[in-house]
Amino acid sequence: MNEPKAYELRLYVAGQSAKSLVAFENLKRICETHLAGQYHIEIIDLLKTPQLAAGDQILAVPTLVRRLPEPIKKIIGDLSNDDRVLVGLDVQPREA
Amino acid sequence: MSASATIASATLRKAPTGITGLDEITGGGLPAGRPTLVCGSAGCGKTMLAMEFLVRGASQFDEPGVFMMFEENAAELTANVRSLGFDLAQLVEDQKIALDHVHIERSEIEVTGAYDLEGLFIRLGHAIDTIGAKRVVLDTIEALFAGLPNHAILRAELRRLFRWLKDRGMTAVITGERGEGDAITRYGLEEYVADCVITLDHRVHEQISTRRLRVLKYRGSAHGTNEYPFLIGERGLSVLPITSLRLDHAAPVERLSTGIGRLDDMLGGKGVFRGSSVLVSGAPGTGKSSMGAAFAEAACRRGERALLFAYEESSAQIVRNMRSIGLDLEPWVTTGLLQIHASRPTLTGLEQHLVAMHETVQAFRPTVVVVDPISNLTFERSETEVKPTLMRLIDFLKQQEITSLFTSLTTGGNATGALEDSQVGVSSLMDAWLLLRNVESNGERNRTLNVLKARGMAHSNQVREFVLSDDGIALVDVYLGADRVLTGAARVAQAAHEQAAADLRREDHDRKLRRLASRRRVLDAQIAALTAESEAEEAEVTLAIAQETLQVQHTKESNAEMAHLRGDRNGGNAPTSGTP
Repeated sequence: MNEPKAYELRLYVAGQSAKSLVAFENLKRICETHLAGQYHIEIIDLLKTPQLAAGDQILAVPTLVRRLPEPIKKIIGDLSNDDRVLVGLDVQPREA
Repeated sequence: MSASATIASATLRKAPTGITGLDEITGGGLPAGRPTLVCGSAGCGKTMLAMEFLVRGASQFDEPGVFMMFEENAAELTANVRSLGFDLAQLVEDQKIALDHVHIERSEIEVTGAYDLEGLFIRLGHAIDTIGAKRVVLDTIEALFAGLPNHAILRAELRRLFRWLKDRGMTAVITGERGEGDAITRYGLEEYVADCVITLDHRVHEQISTRRLRVLKYRGSAHGTNEYPFLIGERGLSVLPITSLRLDHAAPVERLSTGIGRLDDMLGGKGVFRGSSVLVSGAPGTGKSSMGAAFAEAACRRGERALLFAYEESSAQIVRNMRSIGLDLEPWVTTGLLQIHASRPTLTGLEQHLVAMHETVQAFRPTVVVVDPISNLTFERSETEVKPTLMRLIDFLKQQEITSLFTSLTTGGNATGALEDSQVGVSSLMDAWLLLRNVESNGERNRTLNVLKARGMAHSNQVREFVLSDDGIALVDVYLGADRVLTGAARVAQAAHEQAAADLRREDHDRKLRRLASRRRVLDAQIAALTAESEAEEAEVTLAIAQETLQVQHTKESNAEMAHLRGDRNGGNAPTSGTP
């Protein structure tokens, strides 16, 4: 088991939809750029595990949940706007 | 209405709500497999209606349900509906109901890019599949609009959601907040949910609030379009149903005693018809409540259940007060034959009282219902409002063949005309109308009773005096004088007067007879005296005659002697002494 990273992220998706794939691509890119080595992404496909939706109060898909550091933050949408994602994750852009 | 409802229900499947009255209005329930929008302002009972629909579905109709709540959480909701007697926790444990609290915290959500509500669909779908739900409640889905930006996406997704619910055959109730102005809902949900729309309302009139329900729209089905008052009671929602507006109740011929023998005599000798309604109206203190209590007591005496709604006195007070006129209600209360429901008329509106009465009557199933008095319920209300509601109650009681007695306080003093006029609106609904009146004369007030009307029976046209005493209630013939009716002390005085006059006359006769007898005795005495006198006279006369005879003889003898002495030489030819 990997030691916990500073940023524990969960991406909720529903199957291999276009929005899900776009969101995952965007997330990976942003994390590699700004949080290299400090993050861990867990993808949860609600079509496979619908019972997990209630736990994190998931309504919209895709939803990115920042579980760590506290407090929990949620970003809804395909994460197409880097600035908003960074604001949502409360991360200082590296090349600022 | 009933015929068209039958036709409609043949084509459109309906899911019964189990809510008292609502199924009657909708002709069998909500459209099965389709969404229904229930909207109204805050606190008007949307959640309660939705919850009861679900709980009754799960417990009575074997249709499990999912309650997806956006405002309260599961613990709050469970606590809230426990007051209505719904054990939500147990139903959840039995997998009959699934609760899902959807919580959106606007502050912790950031939106970037396109999204959809697939997460909500999956959650709902998962809950439905888990318990095999047939019913779904979304309460209040409009909360999403406050929690999520980009309403264009939201609207598209809601449209998809309702379509999806329909496809899955869910009978759904979606609640919505009433919008401003004419808008049915704040976010125009009615645009998407077009099958059935029910609006709830909570109005305050004269400081008394009344809840009302209206079926605004019901695609493919006939429905009652009026506003119906409803109540959130101890056993859930109760809507005053439409069925009571039909005039098709049976007409029993059996007669019931009113509990006052002489009154039964006045009503054709047998009392009132079972299932009829009796209005007792009168000024304050004319004995209306006592009559109501006697009516209830008579029912208990026959072994029937009686229900007394009291809006002026508490239950204990009634029992105590009725004891003073020889009516002991306590044993009947103890044995459960008599139930007294005392409440303040101002507690709720008229409609709510009537709904509460409905509930109580249906739970207790009495044969006799007494409402004392209805005038307090109709207090400060216009007649157009009161009459239909009261009519519903009366018709409801008639349909159950329950005999009802309503007392009504009339305003105005002794003016006969005003008294009778004051109840015109209500009286036409009643089968029998007894008027109690105060008659004031000779420094006292007395109660009189007469039967103003009694449908379907010969009834007395006589005024009777209504007497409340330690021995109970009695009706006494009034004294009908040449020009007036006498009651109370005047009646008693008149009766005494007549008695005295009769006594006097009898004494007079006796005296005359006595005088005659004594005169006869005097006459007899006189006759006796005269007889005695005449007898004495006779004796005297006889004596005198005897003396005279004796004297004559004596003279004769002495003459003979004398002649002899003179020497009777003539040989017996003695010369007469006078002849010389």
